[in-house]
Amino acid sequence: MTLLEPRGNLLEARGVTKVFGSLTALSNADLAVRQGEFHGLIGPNGSGKSTLLKCIAGAEIATQGSIMLGGQDITHAAVPERARAGLSLKFQITAVLPELSVYDNVLLALQAHESMPRLMLSRSRQVLDERVMHLLSRFQLDARRDELAGVLSHGQQQWLEIAMALACAPKLLLLDEPTAGMSPQERRATGELLMPIKQNCSLLIVEHDLDFIKDICDSLTVLDQGQVLASGPTQQVQNSERVRDAYLSHA
Amino acid sequence: MLPLFLDDFWVLFTTRVLILGLMALSFDLVWGYAGILSFGQALFFGVAGYCTALLATKLEITSVFVLLPAAALVGLVVSFVVAAIVLLGKRPPSVVFVALGTLTGSYVVERLARGWSYVGGQNGISSLPRLTAASYEISEGPVFYYMALVLLVLVYVGLRVLVRSQLGLVLAGIRQRENRIAFLGYTTQNYRGFVFCLAGFVSGLAGALYAFHEGFVGPGQLGPVLSTQVVLYALFGGVGTLIGPVIGTGLIDLLGFYFSHIWNTGWPIILGLLLLVIVMFRPTGLIGFFVSDRERIGSFGRASRARIPPARREAPERTAP
Repeated sequence: MTLLEPRGNLLEARGVTKVFGSLTALSNADLAVRQGEFHGLIGPNGSGKSTLLKCIAGAEIATQGSIMLGGQDITHAAVPERARAGLSLKFQITAVLPELSVYDNVLLALQAHESMPRLMLSRSRQVLDERVMHLLSRFQLDARRDELAGVLSHGQQQWLEIAMALACAPKLLLLDEPTAGMSPQERRATGELLMPIKQNCSLLIVEHDLDFIKDICDSLTVLDQGQVLASGPTQQVQNSERVRDAYLSHA
Repeated sequence: MLPLFLDDFWVLFTTRVLILGLMALSFDLVWGYAGILSFGQALFFGVAGYCTALLATKLEITSVFVLLPAAALVGLVVSFVVAAIVLLGKRPPSVVFVALGTLTGSYVVERLARGWSYVGGQNGISSLPRLTAASYEISEGPVFYYMALVLLVLVYVGLRVLVRSQLGLVLAGIRQRENRIAFLGYTTQNYRGFVFCLAGFVSGLAGALYAFHEGFVGPGQLGPVLSTQVVLYALFGGVGTLIGPVIGTGLIDLLGFYFSHIWNTGWPIILGLLLLVIVMFRPTGLIGFFVSDRERIGSFGRASRARIPPARREAPERTAP
């Protein structure tokens, strides 16, 4: 049932269990994301998908099991170590830096690996200027570069976040409900903005909007009550009886 | 230029304000820029004061070129030790934990100093020799005033450049959303630790200046009372501006002096009420009357020299490229 290929897996979570007090949020869950794959993580509310994402991101530490990213064990790694291993994420609630300009938000994301002396001398600003502007124009934010990030529309803040997440040149990007609160047009645009990153980056998406997921994901993992119900190519999982049952009975 | 117009008393008074202002500046750096609520600035101030006082009395070193760098170094080392304990864990500590940690450190060291006869116990070390530059004795008065002023200005300018650099941008990010910054790959504790040690360096410098200006160092220069006083100076003037705390120090000391003359027993009440009013209604301090929030955060260099193509200027919000 679980699709675990020995070769080409960028992210490999095995037997991940997370217990909060007496509640087992996640029980022995496996998840594999291949290189360059867009992978959807779905399931009813309380199925443990956010918990699994947090364990991968480092916001929570798994009680049991292991998480490997590009061959490196990140199960217990601190958050900045995970980022250096090639992980990036976009939060569920937009978490841009509201009191900094749009430009500075992206620059911050880009210069995360600069040394302190270089930052002090502000060398990074000139060097990275072109890349900042490139990212901004890709997400149609270049005209608003001097405005505070806090005044952008909701959809634009989401795009800014994705731009920041991509600025770190990640191997794996985690997106927690990227289209939450977006209009249908913004959703479609978001999907189109995400497609080009496939060449360099894998994607793991938690999303309620199944149409969005079906449109952009190559494969799906379905969680229910903390366990993996199904995992595999999108078409196959979509047609599975068990998945339909779970969704109909819990959603 | 002030000493030309002021009598001796006011020269001493303003020198003291400059030195305490330097210390308030160090608190502003940690709280206003790195979000570390340090109730231990007096710890670095006092330990540096004690160490240089010992150098001067036991080893008869009085050269300003040895003692001031030594004081700053002591402040740096002590703050590094404190940072290693309360700041530099694997995961970022909470504000309250750091506040209590630094407060405890300040308290413990004050108690130690009070009980340790080698450093004079309750009485501290008094009648310190004067600082010297080669064969010249720097006595309290105009010369000391100018020395303190120059150091304050140098430190202010240096820190101002620092907080407007890209490092300052990282600090601004950490203050707004530490989590987000960590997820970008910044080890936020290291940035905090760096700023904390820098502030310790400045505090140490101020500590030695103070000790030799007063000709005395005592347990009071180490403890939570002075640590808290500096917090109030900074909050009153306005944190996150560097200049605010210096203004706050001057104003509070001036008001304190004035009120203690007209109502000796009651002036702490007036001062307390005034502070309360400011902190409640102007969380950004007095400077908040003159400087907007956006100016306070400031800019970190020009956005970009690249021109925006005209076609893009009116970019419709919802269309994909």
